[in-house]
Amino acid sequence: MNIGLASFGWVTLLVVGLLILLPADFAAAQSTPPNSSPFVLGVPKPIIPQAAKGLQCIAPTDFMRKNHMKLLSHDRDKTVKLGDREIKASLKDCVACHVVNGADNQPVTYEDPKYFCRVCHDYVAVKVDCFECHASVPGITMKGGLNQKSSEAEALAAYVLGDDKKLKPDKPDKAELKP
Amino acid sequence: MTELTTTKADPVSVSRRTFIGGAAAVATVTLAPGITVVAYGSDGEDKLVKGARWGLLIDVNKCPQSCNACVTACSNEHGWEDTGNPLTDAQWIRKVDIKDMKTGLEQSLPVMCQHCETPPCADVCPTGASFRRGDGIVLVDKHLCIGCRYCMMACPYQARSFIHEPLTGQKPYSPRGKGTVESCTLCVHRVDVGRIPACVEACDGTGNGAMIFGNMNDPESEIAKRIAQYPSTQIRADLGLDPGVRYTNL
Amino acid sequence: MASKRTVYMELKGTVSLYGILGFFGLFILAGLGAFWYMEVYGHIVSGMNNQIVWGLPHVFAIFLIVSASGALNVASIGSVFGKTAYKPMSRMSGLLAIALLIGGLAVLVLDLGRPERIIVAMTAYNFKSIFAWNIFLYTGFMVIVGAYLYLQMSRGIKPIWLKAAGITAFVWRLLLTTGTGSIFGWLIAREAFDAAVLAPMFVAMSLSFGMAFFILVSLGVNRLDGREFGPALLSRLGKLLGIFAAVVLYFVMIQHLTNLYATEHHGVERYILLEGGILTLLFWVAHVIIGNIVPMALVFHPKTGKNRTAIVLASVLVILGGIAQIYVILIGGQAYPLMLFPGYEVQSTFFDGTFGEYTPSLPELLLGLGGVAIALAATIVGMKVLKIVPTTLADSAVDPHHREAA
Repeated sequence: MNIGLASFGWVTLLVVGLLILLPADFAAAQSTPPNSSPFVLGVPKPIIPQAAKGLQCIAPTDFMRKNHMKLLSHDRDKTVKLGDREIKASLKDCVACHVVNGADNQPVTYEDPKYFCRVCHDYVAVKVDCFECHASVPGITMKGGLNQKSSEAEALAAYVLGDDKKLKPDKPDKAELKP
Repeated sequence: MTELTTTKADPVSVSRRTFIGGAAAVATVTLAPGITVVAYGSDGEDKLVKGARWGLLIDVNKCPQSCNACVTACSNEHGWEDTGNPLTDAQWIRKVDIKDMKTGLEQSLPVMCQHCETPPCADVCPTGASFRRGDGIVLVDKHLCIGCRYCMMACPYQARSFIHEPLTGQKPYSPRGKGTVESCTLCVHRVDVGRIPACVEACDGTGNGAMIFGNMNDPESEIAKRIAQYPSTQIRADLGLDPGVRYTNL
Repeated sequence: MASKRTVYMELKGTVSLYGILGFFGLFILAGLGAFWYMEVYGHIVSGMNNQIVWGLPHVFAIFLIVSASGALNVASIGSVFGKTAYKPMSRMSGLLAIALLIGGLAVLVLDLGRPERIIVAMTAYNFKSIFAWNIFLYTGFMVIVGAYLYLQMSRGIKPIWLKAAGITAFVWRLLLTTGTGSIFGWLIAREAFDAAVLAPMFVAMSLSFGMAFFILVSLGVNRLDGREFGPALLSRLGKLLGIFAAVVLYFVMIQHLTNLYATEHHGVERYILLEGGILTLLFWVAHVIIGNIVPMALVFHPKTGKNRTAIVLASVLVILGGIAQIYVILIGGQAYPLMLFPGYEVQSTFFDGTFGEYTPSLPELLLGLGGVAIALAATIVGMKVLKIVPTTLADSAVDPHHREAA
């Protein structure tokens, strides 16, 4: 039923215009190596925080810097529409890996300018829409609990039964990344 | 392309990557720019249980008026809560107390998105954000939702809520945000990994056992056996929407 | 039909013209401010809620959109039905139609929960959605009426093309209002809607509201620029308005009589017609009496029917009554609870079985009025920069048979 199409000439024009404008903007900012010069027109170059130690991103850094949004928006549809919970470009995994800790040694949320995504996005003035809905920190810091007990029992049962799918998305991430 | 297949077959949750160390890293490093996008585009097969129709069967006789466990569990699971503004607060599931005006019979039952076979919300949604998954779960794709609320006008069950305020502290597996419409997801994040919805789990936890979750198309499932054996009703069956939520003793 | 050649002139850039534009500008600014306020804080600052999901902004939006297609009446009467006297007003009619539609759509879009995603609405379509059809109907309307206007204003266009454009625009406007009515008419969930009669009723409403708008705007503009508007012509427009108002009442009557005959709808009818408090008051007093019966009396009475002030008053009342009518349809239809369990008393924490509460808020009102201001300001700007308004609409200029007819 849902057919993505840019039907009218002017709509196409608008869409294409936006598509060209936004990434071009972003790519331009990335084309110079970060930190090569501390100041460009008085705006400090972003200092991109390191992801969690010992983990490798799903693709090389240069590729990710230019294409993360395409990967995310492609894979999100696989989860939402097709029920695929094992996608590569999972925002939940991004959030889990790219943790930046604040003064209290707790992961900072998107509200904080030090937040991983914001470092570059603020610099290029591209708004991130994701975190109006998605959690911007790994699950462990969520308020209100995650009904840990029941899902832990579930996970254990699944583990015993040997179905590793059942182990997946909810639980293990948090244990790993507990600061 | 073999590397790509390896990567796909290998679940890349953070935990897994941590456990197996460099293995996933090798596979991903070999990805060339451009190829990844093609590879992503090429595998679109769904991960849904083939031919499934997920549904709920609720035994109203086993649902005491005083019990609110399913509602509380849903609220905890998905993070919607009472903020003191009942008119605008989201409610994905609610207990409805009903009283037969002729006989005085009183009953109580949970009502949530009925996951219709032909959902009016999906019919009216201009962008296709409201949709029915192949396995019968009706969802809002909040990436597409523009917040027009036409689905709320169209739903006969008053099952949907509009988010009236900016939110923080969402659950990682249950994204919710201002300006979009939401409703019961049948705990799709659990169903996809072989677990049962939070409300059903909570109902079992109370010992009432009023809710059964399962695949209504699987003749071996408990829910299919029950609805084949005992009469069950659908709310507003007259509309012909074939809801995936059925009730007994209503 | 060799009437005198009509000469069109841009409006003069007088102080009063810019003053009026500034006045509308203030409302537009207030509307944008209201939009921003709702965008930042969310719809919590509006009166809308999970029971009344469409509120005052939608009343204004629907009102403007419905009026837009009706504003094209005059052009259609001229080109499709060949009434020569209406032809000089045809450009005004087309411009006003486009402007009203822009105003209405602006309100609709600015009220979205995620207005910044309007691009999604233009690129992702669910073709089963009447809403999606309406997006095409609206954009199509602007294109077609725009082309119609362009043809009218071009030199050396063969009359056959003008006629073709006029007929296309006329058919499209009927489709557009049918589509708007069907947004409600096809909602199976709501007892107050779910009726095919809503589509023709919306067409009737568009005829009436659009005519009222046209009378007020064209009179106002002619007065602003010191141009003549013939009393006989005005009287004809007034009588048309009266006929349209009668047609609206007819459809409203059909809708309610149908519901009253079916026992299952007695509840909702009792609510709207008798026990709905402010809604009932709006229905009977504002919509039926003030919005239709009084204007009909004013335009059909032999004395007031020729009186300029009376016709202006009738138009104002039709507009106020029209807003009230849409308010009753929209809010009343949502406030009446959904019947999940017929024959049962129902209660829950989510307002099952209770009438929806709704108090319009100031931001909503400002947003709605902002839409009206956008429409009117766009009309005036269009008339200022384009040759839209005839230099005179004196009876002798528009109708060669004027003296014989009078």
